[in-house]
This record gives sequence, C-alpha cells and structure tokens, in this order.
Amino acid sequence: MLRYIGKRLLNYLVLLYVAVSLTWILAATQLNPRGLFALRQPPVPESTIDAQLSLYNLNDKVPLAERYWTWLVGVLQGNWGYSPLGVSVNDEISSRMWVSLRLLLIGTIIGIVVGVAIGAWTATRQYRISDRMLTFLSLLIISTPAFVIGHLTQIGATWFNNSTGTRTFEFIGESGDVGGYPLAWLVDRAQHLLLPTLVLIVLGAASMSRIQRNLMLDSLGADYVRTARAKGLPQRRAVMKHALRTALIPTGTYVAFSVATMFVGATFTERIFNFPGIGQYSIDTITYRDVNGVVAVTAFAGVCVLVGAVLSDILVAILDPRVRLQ
Amino acid sequence: MSTNVSPVLTEEVSANPVKRLNRGRLTFRRFLRNKTAVVGAAGILFLVLLAVVGPYMLYWRFDDIDPNAFLSPPDSAHLLGTTQAGRDVLALTARGLGKSLLIGFLVAILSTSISAMVGASAAYLGGWYERSMLWIIDLLLVVPSFFLIAIVSRSAPDGDTSWLLLVVLLAAFAWPLSARVVRSLTLSIREREYVLAAKFMGLGAFRIILRHILPNASSLLIIDATLGVGYAILSETGLSYFGFGVHAPDTSLGTLIGEGARMATTYPWVFLGPATVLVFLVLCVNAVGDGLRDALDPNSASGGQA
Repeated sequence: MLRYIGKRLLNYLVLLYVAVSLTWILAATQLNPRGLFALRQPPVPESTIDAQLSLYNLNDKVPLAERYWTWLVGVLQGNWGYSPLGVSVNDEISSRMWVSLRLLLIGTIIGIVVGVAIGAWTATRQYRISDRMLTFLSLLIISTPAFVIGHLTQIGATWFNNSTGTRTFEFIGESGDVGGYPLAWLVDRAQHLLLPTLVLIVLGAASMSRIQRNLMLDSLGADYVRTARAKGLPQRRAVMKHALRTALIPTGTYVAFSVATMFVGATFTERIFNFPGIGQYSIDTITYRDVNGVVAVTAFAGVCVLVGAVLSDILVAILDPRVRLQ
Repeated sequence: MSTNVSPVLTEEVSANPVKRLNRGRLTFRRFLRNKTAVVGAAGILFLVLLAVVGPYMLYWRFDDIDPNAFLSPPDSAHLLGTTQAGRDVLALTARGLGKSLLIGFLVAILSTSISAMVGASAAYLGGWYERSMLWIIDLLLVVPSFFLIAIVSRSAPDGDTSWLLLVVLLAAFAWPLSARVVRSLTLSIREREYVLAAKFMGLGAFRIILRHILPNASSLLIIDATLGVGYAILSETGLSYFGFGVHAPDTSLGTLIGEGARMATTYPWVFLGPATVLVFLVLCVNAVGDGLRDALDPNSASGGQA
C-alpha cells in the first residue's frame, strides 16, 4: 500500500514540476510586465523600469534560462517571488487562501450532501414526475454558467431589497457596515456569505445529483439488490444498505477531489461577489501581468488537484474491496 | 422488453425485406422517442438560423446606433432593449451567438478528432509511444487550462482572426480526457478478429485505425463531440466574460454578458438577453447529447422499445 502510494506520489511530483515550469515559461514570455509601465504619465525612464523589473526577476533583457534559474532557486527556498509592483506572492496566497476557504467550505459541503441526497432519491423514483422535474432542473443548472447564476441572484436580491426597502441581501465583499448590537459582526459576515454560498450549493448539488443518480441507477439494477429483496429484506433496507452503500464508493473519490480543489474552484463566484480569494487573484495576476503570481496560482491549483487525486486513490483502495494492490 | 417487440420487428422485416432496420435508423428512432432531445435539436436549429439569417432579417444591425434610445428597456422598437451606446441588444446577441456557435462547433470537431487519433493510435501502437502520450495526457490534466488559455489569449494580437487562436487553444486543452476513454475502448477493439484480419492482410496502422477501429468507436465519438460543443461554448464565454477570450472589436455571447454584467443590477436587460440565449443554447446541446447517449447505447433502458 505504502509503496503504491509512494510511486503514485513521485509520478505526480514530476508531473507537477513540469507543469509549473511550462507555465512559468509561458507566462514569462507572454505576459510582458514591461507593458505595465508603457501607459504611465509622466513616462517612466527606461533605466528605472529596467531596475524595477530586474529587482523582481522580471526583466525581459535577462536571458530566459537565467531568469528561470533565479526563479527556481527562489521557489526551492520557499519564496515564490514578487509582483511587478513588489508585492510578495507568498503573502498574497497565504492570506487569500483563508478567504477562499471561509467562502467555500460551507457551500461545497452542503452542495455535495444535498446533491447526493437528491441523486439517490430521484434514482429510486426513476421516470416519475418528481424524478423528471429534478433531472430537468439539474440539467438546466448545469447548462447555466456560474457567472450567469451569480448575476441572476444579484439581480433578484437587488429587486427584493428595493421592493421591500430593506437591506436583507448583501453581496459585495466579505463584510460591510457593522451594526452596533452584540454579535453584529457575525450577522454581517453571514449576510455577505449567504448569496455566494447559495450559488455554490446550487451549482454543486446540480452536478453531484446527476453523478449520484447514474451511480444509484446502476447499483439499483444490480443482482445483489435483487437478492437482498428476494431473501425478504424490506425495500427501504435493501436500498439503503445494499444499493446506496455501493453507489457511494465512487462518490467518495469525487468528494475527495472536489474538497481538495475547492480553493481554486470558485473563480467566478469570488469575482462576482468580490471576495478577495485565490480565484479572484488568479484573474488579477493575468490582468496585471504578474508572472510570478500566475505561476504560484498554477502551482497551488496543481497541488490541490494532486492532493485530490492521491486522496481519491487512497479512498478507493480503502473503500472498495475489489481493488487489490500488488 | 425485447419479448414485446420482436414479433413486430420480424413482421416488418418479412413484409418488406428491403426496409431493414439498420443501426442508423434504429438510433434515429430511439432519439426521436426522447422528447427533451428532440426539443433540444429544434432549439439548436432555431439558434443557428437566428445567427445566420438574423443579421439580414432583423431591423437593426449590430453596429446601428439609435440616438433616441440609450439604455432603454425592452419595448416594441428594441425587443431586448438597447445598450449604453444605443445599440440594439437583439442584433448584438445574434452576432455574438454566431461567433460562439462557430467556436463551439470548431473546437468540438477539432478536439474530438485529436482525441480519436491520439487515443486510438496510443492503444494500437503501444510501447514508448503509448507511454509518452499517456504522460502528456496526465500533464495536460494537471495544468489549469483556464489560466494558460487566458495568458496566451490575453497577449494575442488583436485582429479579425484572433478568435481562431482561441479555437486552437481551447481544442488543445479539451482532448485529453476523452483520448483516455478512446484508448481504453481501442484496447479491446484491437483484439477483434476483423482488426487482426486487416493486420494480417498487410494494411498499415493508420488505415486500420481510420477504417476499422474508429468506426467501431463512433458512438463514443459522436457523444463526445456533442458534449464538447457545450463545453467549448462554456469555456469560451467564461474566458470572454473576464475579457480574455474574444477581443473587443469582435464579439461573442461571453463578451456581451461581461459588458452587461457590470450594470446587471440597475439595467438588467443588457445582461439578460445574451445570458438567456447562452443558457438556452447550452441546455439544448446538453439535451441532445443526453438523447444521443441513450439512443446509441445498446444497453440503455431509457430509450424505450427497440
């Protein structure tokens, strides 16, 4: 088991190294941080730009291989570099990580639970009205991009606020005006979390319910469920103990994956509701030609994906007795 | 299920031996039985018509400016309202829809072709070629493609053909997952008698893959291409929403939604028009994909009879 995990891990590490290096090369040659200074008024003298860029290892006059080496040595020492304006990438990532986590933890988990419940339930009622309606609803939500759902909730919330003359829904940023009553900060935070969390739950539940419904349909039709019924088990027990339990094994791996990739999964939601998290940062780094930032976000996302992959490998090996490791 | 049907089928066949129910007709019949999929297909047809014929049929052209209506809500003159610059949202949407459709279909065809060729050749040829292809697939699955496409398309030169670069980029990152599926399918197909027979007759590897292996993986490829259209449209609009994908003089549903989103809470119609069209389009594509999957899958029970 340990040998198997170790081998997979080593393979993943090599993959990650190559992927991040390729991203660095792409970003360093394409993003052109010098362009940031082109529109400055009054114009910045070339020597000043050169000095500034060289300071942060971004000067395109230095050979690519030399810059790569400087960057790699920095990364190996745990320093992911600086933005063209001198902000430390390490600081940005480490503070934004927690913003993303605060935003995404509740939404992701509730979304998965709701999705699994809906998927398993609709599978037991295949082709009835409730199944058809929920299946269509999940198809509709899956076909709706996150940015459309995000703005639609904002339009709805504004309409509600205006027509009731209150400020029930807040949707800009992590916190706003805090009232003077005890625990006001908590209410304020919760108000700001409500809408983005709702969006995440709806999106997560829709895709999860589709996966779970298919898995459940497969296991409901399996011989062992019929056997369980034939030996006299009530339908409810046969479904819960025999069908659902086996149908949850692949779900477990999917959950491991989506929890690990949670940090980077909500670029649109963070952007629309203005949460300064990792997803928002990834867009900003590309817009503001921040080579080191882009690469760090890529590496971060890559680590998340790999942790998810390793977790689901381990989970499959533990949960599924049919998987044998030599 | 089969016991109910077979007498009817045999009757048909014996009464009119020329009209055998071949695979294509069977698939078509099963597809027609799925009402959601049929509605989806009709919806796609309607949207394609809107994008192709719309610019000639609509009263306003996309670059017309109506000085009497800046940011006016939907009314009889402008069915979907106007933008800040006095442009008709319906005309803009029809134009953006055309570009999004074009990108979606091109990317789907391109990426499915790549995944078919890479997946089938990796499984058929084996050896170091297979190992290196699998490694590249793993690599492409690890890198966050959204960022990489954004980086390249951000610094791409503006121009009338810059969207072609986007097509290439989207296709370059869309193929790995289905290439894996094609490979595992080919692993079983390459052991079949007809492939071995073709091989012993001296046919080249490329011909065998093209003529004997891929036709037998065609149902997978058709489904993959259909769902790929939806994926490509969503990726393109997502990138354009942030201002990365399709650039300013050009327009797509994503750029229109991105522009409308800035004032979505105060002037919602600029956002709602293209957003509704986008959701309807992707919904139709997904419905057709699901219908095709059921119709092509011989084990599927959801196709009803036959």
